[in-house]
Amino acid sequence: MTLLEIENLTHYFGGLKAVCNLNLRLDGSELMGLIGPNGAGKTTVFNLMSGFYRPMEGEIRFLGRSIRGLRPHEVTTLGIARTFQNIRLWNSLSVFENICISQHCQLGYGFFHSVLRTPGFVRSERRVKKRTEELIDLLGLRHYAPEFPKNLPYGLQRRVEIGRALALRPKLLLLDEPAAGMNPGEVDELIETIRWIRDEFKLTICLIEHHMRVVMNVCERIKVLDFGETIAEGRPDEIRLNPRVIEAYLGDEEPADARGN
Amino acid sequence: MRNYGSILSYATLCALAVAAAKLGILNAYIQLILMYIGINIILSVSLNLVNGYMGEFSVGHAGFMAVGAYVTSILNVWLFTESPVFGPPLLSPFSAVFLFPATLLAGGVAAAVVGLLVAVPSFKTRGDYLAIITLAVNYIVKSSIENIQPIGGARGFMGMRNVIGSMQAVLNLPWNLIWVFICVGATVWIIQRLVNSTYGKGIIALRDDEIAAEIMGVNTRRMKIVAFMLSSGLAGVAGGLFAHVLGYINPGTFTIMKSTEVLVMVYLGGMGSLSGSVLSAIALTIALEVFRPLQLVKWVVLPLLLILLMIFRPEGIMGHRELTDVFPKLRSWLPPKEGRI
Repeated sequence: MTLLEIENLTHYFGGLKAVCNLNLRLDGSELMGLIGPNGAGKTTVFNLMSGFYRPMEGEIRFLGRSIRGLRPHEVTTLGIARTFQNIRLWNSLSVFENICISQHCQLGYGFFHSVLRTPGFVRSERRVKKRTEELIDLLGLRHYAPEFPKNLPYGLQRRVEIGRALALRPKLLLLDEPAAGMNPGEVDELIETIRWIRDEFKLTICLIEHHMRVVMNVCERIKVLDFGETIAEGRPDEIRLNPRVIEAYLGDEEPADARGN
Repeated sequence: MRNYGSILSYATLCALAVAAAKLGILNAYIQLILMYIGINIILSVSLNLVNGYMGEFSVGHAGFMAVGAYVTSILNVWLFTESPVFGPPLLSPFSAVFLFPATLLAGGVAAAVVGLLVAVPSFKTRGDYLAIITLAVNYIVKSSIENIQPIGGARGFMGMRNVIGSMQAVLNLPWNLIWVFICVGATVWIIQRLVNSTYGKGIIALRDDEIAAEIMGVNTRRMKIVAFMLSSGLAGVAGGLFAHVLGYINPGTFTIMKSTEVLVMVYLGGMGSLSGSVLSAIALTIALEVFRPLQLVKWVVLPLLLILLMIFRPEGIMGHRELTDVFPKLRSWLPPKEGRI
């Protein structure tokens, strides 16, 4: 089953081609990695997928439906959730509230219900709280539920952000550098968590990562971008040995001084 | 019982105050100050929704107040009294007692619609730029009213005393005081419930990180419309009450000075704190009365207060906390929060 299909996606920032002719297919419960050197256009792809940018050329289809021109919250409602490279939690709200609010699009009530506290409101709030409690227990955040996210260590903040994305009951989870800034211990934990999430919630995960240990251990398929273009795609062991990937990451094998002359 | 504890105690207090006013224990001056306090509570609590909870900076609250004041006053004078502008009353003057709330609501709705003038630009701009838009809206409203001659233009509009008079002819009660109390209760009730629901917390998420809110499924445009329209609508209701308490309004009342007064209340009380806004509205209204002998020097003292506040306690008296956070015992008076942890 194809979950997400990207065809000839191209996006510019001024004269800079951030993404060029990208084709991507994601199947159900796949674990895919998107890697590439800095500035390769990985986060731009995520921003296009989540509706934050409107693609200039090309098409993105989610469950057979084009998401072109939808606003981000509409894309999210369809079932694409994401985390951010630099953590973007709501810092004046508790961990518990953070996870509650991300279910905003599933509340099913509006202003008047929230003021009048109608039965529909009570039911919906109860459902949201129950879902939040479940997630908090599953992710081992029980102890931190009343805390403000900004007071938590980095690894836990990442975990809360993943919890916030999972609360949306997504079909596709986009993780933007989940291991950034983590220590080796936290990275091991993260690898376990990502695998466990995929199996527990039966969803497709696409992740951007620089941390090779995470990418090679977790992803079943890897796509390598450089300057907006796909330079390789395949299983981790294939990617590891691909000369174009090595070149993009480590530079030309020829010594730098030899090239100048 | 506990669910209604806070409402019951508020209703009892109000009833006592009304009875005291009726029996002449509270003189007209004290009543007037009570009504000013009430109107200022509505203004500061409603502005707090935008400036505190949503984190935008609206400096044009008086503009919305003016819309409400004029719409409500015109409706009342036109419907219930004999006036030189509109001629004989359209309805029986005695129906004013029942229909007055409807005219207040109409004023609120009109102000909420004008609030769209700010809500729609807020999709694209925010912060300082939006603040300038709110300032512009304030002036648009004021200057528009100044240029509509049939309703008095810059000279102002009057005749609201007769409306209150016809209410008192039906039943001799301090009606102004009653309507103010009811509207204050309703305002605090509505906003308290909104910001404590998951739906309303979307507004707070929007303040913390708008991009994250939109991407995590909060319809930020709708939340902005809700916040701006509710805030300006309540300001409109406050304006309607203000017009009837004074009996006379003119566009000069609703300038940036009035908006600043409300801003001071919000920042003095603490952004994102309802009880802070209520407390500071009370404190500031009384302080302004105390400073009255100073006359224009009041406008030196008040901004000075703001400067000192910003230096020594920028988060305001309460600063994102509620009274119940400072005095947990108060919580036994309030309904238990849904699923609070």
